[in-house]
Amino acid sequence: MKNGFKDKLSERVFLALALSSISAIALITVFIVIQGAPIIGKVGLRDFIFGMTWAPSQGKFGIFPMIIGSLSVTLGAVVLGVPVGICGAVFLAEFAPAAVRNLFRPAIQLLAGIPSVVYGFWGLIFIVPFIRDNLGGPGLSILAGSIVLAIMILPTIITISEVQILALPRQYKEGALALGMTHWQAIYSVQLPAAKSGIVAAVVLGIGRAMGETMAVIMVLGNAPGIPTSILDPVRTLTTNIGIEMGYAAGDHRQALFATGIVLFVIIMILNITAQFITRKK
Amino acid sequence: MPDKFKIEKLSFYFKDKRVINSLDLSIRANEILSVLGPANSGITTLLRTLNRLCDTDHDVRIEGDILMDGKSIFAPDISVTELRRKVGMVFEVPTPLPLSIFDNIAYGLRVGGRIGKKEAAERVEYALRTAALWDEVKDRQHIPAMSLSGGQQQRMCIARVIAMDPQVILIDRSCSGLDPISTAKIEESLSQLKERFTIILAPHNVQQAIRVSDRVAFMLMGSLVEEGTGEKVFGDPDDRRTSDYITGRFG
Repeated sequence: MKNGFKDKLSERVFLALALSSISAIALITVFIVIQGAPIIGKVGLRDFIFGMTWAPSQGKFGIFPMIIGSLSVTLGAVVLGVPVGICGAVFLAEFAPAAVRNLFRPAIQLLAGIPSVVYGFWGLIFIVPFIRDNLGGPGLSILAGSIVLAIMILPTIITISEVQILALPRQYKEGALALGMTHWQAIYSVQLPAAKSGIVAAVVLGIGRAMGETMAVIMVLGNAPGIPTSILDPVRTLTTNIGIEMGYAAGDHRQALFATGIVLFVIIMILNITAQFITRKK
Repeated sequence: MPDKFKIEKLSFYFKDKRVINSLDLSIRANEILSVLGPANSGITTLLRTLNRLCDTDHDVRIEGDILMDGKSIFAPDISVTELRRKVGMVFEVPTPLPLSIFDNIAYGLRVGGRIGKKEAAERVEYALRTAALWDEVKDRQHIPAMSLSGGQQQRMCIARVIAMDPQVILIDRSCSGLDPISTAKIEESLSQLKERFTIILAPHNVQQAIRVSDRVAFMLMGSLVEEGTGEKVFGDPDDRRTSDYITGRFG
């Protein structure tokens, strides 16, 4: 009887705690929708999302350039960061001697602890001038943002992928080796496919991080709200749009920034759902 | 029959712990040799050394030598991957790869070199038949191997080894945890396999060793206690420790 009561009580407590985290998400969602929805109604969803001009002082709220900006910088970060991250994870899980691994692992975790403004500052001081001097353009560019973001998503991708590879049953590797595969063949054709869903999850988390990053990219992207024509052009992302203007925006302008947040939210939701779909399909 | 393997004064150490102690043993071609003993006798280690899977373990030291067809398997010019293709292994737990049944078996073939679709299908069928699994899976070769039962998975792993056409098959307590029917099927396929392969088996009990093997070797704490035919070793053992083991005084 007493145990039954304890069970019930603990069940309730856990339920309440679980609900609190879910309700935080719900509250945020409701809040940004209430703040941002009216302007979308006023401008029209189509004109808001596909509008080419962002000029709040003239009442023009088109965020298409920012969507392109976010997608292009994120894509760049993925192209640069994912191969390096996965190879790094394979190296740490399979090849690195213990001494190297013990040095690299904390170093990579440290990378995750560096504040994003420091990444941005570093990008501004080193990468931007490097691009300007060697590749042309203003230096503040998609490429600069992609490089900074690629480095920022490395810890996420490496750490999660490595854990996934290490978590595979030993029998996969030994079964493959016993069939006469080389170590590399075992990694490439058995271990990586077996760890695929976890690695995809790592990549999606990395994409989410890249998509949501604000501070570092504000400093290196140039933030011009136009459609880029090359990776050396400056762009503005959805996040930087909010980050730069929220401080002084009011009225419709302020609402439009919340609406930008809604769009960002939806894109990240789509990403997550896609990822879950991929991992479940298997 | 010539010797397939000749194990000479083999000692095996994990760090400072000796798990095989100066072992001398010959394994003849086309025989089924059962190596048995209580847990921690070094049997799995011995099998893993024969195909050099022990290379993947850390802090390992090996003394003595193993000759395969008269040539040391530790010689510098030996290709480990080639050795493992000649000396196939079936593990204690089934080790299906996360692929379909067909691909699991065709996999080893493809790694060995390009192979036509038709030939692959034929060899997969042959392997499945030999491993007594064909009738159960012939209509569903493309379902994930993980969805098979434990006994079927184990027979699939045997088929996978057969498909590579090795010279020797190492089978490590592969029937532990299986139901009697699966065990019977595996034992039945063993007697067929022997015509083509040399089989070194860690049986999961004395009865199985007597049923399936031509010769048995009894190991205890890393040392070979005695070897001979099943009837001899278990019927009239020379060594006290062997009779103690059989009569259930320990192990």
